[in-house]
Amino acid sequence: MDNPLSLEPLFHLGPVPITAPVVVTWAIMLALGLFAALATRRLSLTPGKLQTVLELLVTTVDSQIRDTMQRDPAPFRALIGSIFLFVLIANWSALIPGIEPPTAHLETDAALALVVLAATIAYGIAGRGLGGYLATFAEPSWVMIPLNVVEQITRTFSLIVRLFGNVMSGVFVVGIVLSLAGLFVPIPLMALDLLTGAVQAYIFAVLATVFIGAAVGESHGPAGQDQKDLPR
Amino acid sequence: MTANLIEIVSILAAALAVSFGAIGPALAEGRAVAAAMDAIARQPEAAGTLSRTLFVGLAMIETMAIYTLVIALLVLFANPFV
Repeated sequence: MDNPLSLEPLFHLGPVPITAPVVVTWAIMLALGLFAALATRRLSLTPGKLQTVLELLVTTVDSQIRDTMQRDPAPFRALIGSIFLFVLIANWSALIPGIEPPTAHLETDAALALVVLAATIAYGIAGRGLGGYLATFAEPSWVMIPLNVVEQITRTFSLIVRLFGNVMSGVFVVGIVLSLAGLFVPIPLMALDLLTGAVQAYIFAVLATVFIGAAVGESHGPAGQDQKDLPR
Repeated sequence: MTANLIEIVSILAAALAVSFGAIGPALAEGRAVAAAMDAIARQPEAAGTLSRTLFVGLAMIETMAIYTLVIALLVLFANPFV
């Protein structure tokens, strides 16, 4: 049984060892980028099938951000949407035979969670100013400063371990069952993995939204105009 | 065949961690599903929202069990003392 915590490099690019998750990650990034560029090249006011699907996706992400943050989703749409789509495609990339999801390795999840941490700090400073953002650490009172600093680290760590544990355990269980039983037995487990992957991608994006929303603070303006008839 | 004592203890520790670490999340998931069933029975028209929230909540609870699984795998595969 393979060790799920260590990685063998596929090949070396100069002095840099390149592992399989890195290749898959770049392939997903390339595929998503090319797809987005090609799909949005000819946008029209009377959308076709593809554009309708894309618009549905964007409005769903927007309404989720608006529900969570109670403010205009435009500054956060690109980050949250990209994170959600990337994690979703990465979790589902196990559908292609021979490809292991890059999120089943600790390094990819650590990179994603660090992106969220950096975005939290950047949006917090942009929203409140440096002094204002630092003052939130002393929020109910100054006694809470160590706890608030530790919380930033622990919640990033739990973000890493949550995604890693869920995806890796799915891959692991399918591997164990495949080694015990025949060809068709792991299929229900793989179907369960699809559900887990989608739910984990959603949770990762929602938690990123919650963290960034907490960093930028309460909104003072109206939270957008089309909030009244959202399906909840 | 003499197995290292630390390896034996590591395997026992991994089994104990997963078995006892699964108890809490199992009870919690049972309560969550029971509450959701109750709510759906009372108000069937809210079933969509309830089950969506239930899935997210279950995934959150399940994370606790996943943490113990990660600890068990750390003990088995990345044990610093072996």
